[in-house]
Amino acid sequence: MPVFSADLHIHTVLSPCGDLDMSPVNIVKRAKELQLDIIGITDHNSTRHCPLIQQLAAKEGIFVLCGAEVTTLEEAHCLCFMPDLERLDKLQSYLDLYLMDFMNDVNKFGYQVQVDEEETIVYEEPKLLIQSINRNINQVEEFTHSLGGLFIPAHINRPAFSLISQLGFIPDDLNYDALEIYRMTDENFCNTYNYRKDTTLIRNSDAHQLNRIGAERNFFNIEELNFQEIKLALLKQQGRFVK
Amino acid sequence: MTVRELVEKLGLHVFSDQSGLENEIKSGYTSDLLSDVMGHSNQGAVWITLQTHKNIMAIASLKDHAAIILVKGLKPDDDTLATSNEEKIPILGTDLQTFEITGKVYQLINKQ
Repeated sequence: MPVFSADLHIHTVLSPCGDLDMSPVNIVKRAKELQLDIIGITDHNSTRHCPLIQQLAAKEGIFVLCGAEVTTLEEAHCLCFMPDLERLDKLQSYLDLYLMDFMNDVNKFGYQVQVDEEETIVYEEPKLLIQSINRNINQVEEFTHSLGGLFIPAHINRPAFSLISQLGFIPDDLNYDALEIYRMTDENFCNTYNYRKDTTLIRNSDAHQLNRIGAERNFFNIEELNFQEIKLALLKQQGRFVK
Repeated sequence: MTVRELVEKLGLHVFSDQSGLENEIKSGYTSDLLSDVMGHSNQGAVWITLQTHKNIMAIASLKDHAAIILVKGLKPDDDTLATSNEEKIPILGTDLQTFEITGKVYQLINKQ
């Protein structure tokens, strides 16, 4: 089975903490240099850069997993990916509806801009993207799955903004498709927390700078590059898996 | 001081059934990071938080807390409340914000 190299947690310039050179064009260029086959675009509580990145990446044969890093009411970060642009729009509407009303202060938090292929600013997000949405972790999980999406709690053992920092441990009734473990941790982590033992654990770069992209990688053993195959691999079904 | 006495003195709302109101309060702890509460709170503590997820009950049970107080008029999730009754660790509520209710609880505990 073919093997595809993936970094599923990458921010763009739209995230206030993302470097200004994290434009769609630059991210795709960098991913190509690094020979990544799959990239996940996961800005804080926004999906607005995904469609352009997907379009640019397609020309290079790179598959883009489109989604967002959602901040739940508990302030646990969770990666939510959608199967197509139509449902990505629905995720965006959900985020627009539930993101709290605190406005961004560019001097304190940074720019939240969407740019086009020529790096011209086409949209600036007024609300602060790094605050939480008014939906708890179970609601976000249910919403994501209602649209056929993937729900992956992010850097779950990071000391801040993680499932474990916020909720103490992994709730046994939480329906996740995989768990992202913090890039600084070793495999022994796996023995210290209770989670479904058949779960795929992934590590990603959580890149906010171009030179961080691909710093962590996962290898997808799948038949071809599409959402359904990626999902099968994360769920370890039909012979697909992630290493 | 028992949980019942605390409820009466501060006019707290009792979400759970009556079981657990005789629990003895030995100390207090204020935090919304469950990992922190797990690591640093003590047995017999009354825990003040804004988190309503079911995991708060697991941690209160693990640490043998006397009660939990939810701030700012927040209500427990349904499954959180069910676990509270099972574990006999009452969930209480106040409209006050965390700073204010913590001050009041601190004063009462320190008078003892």
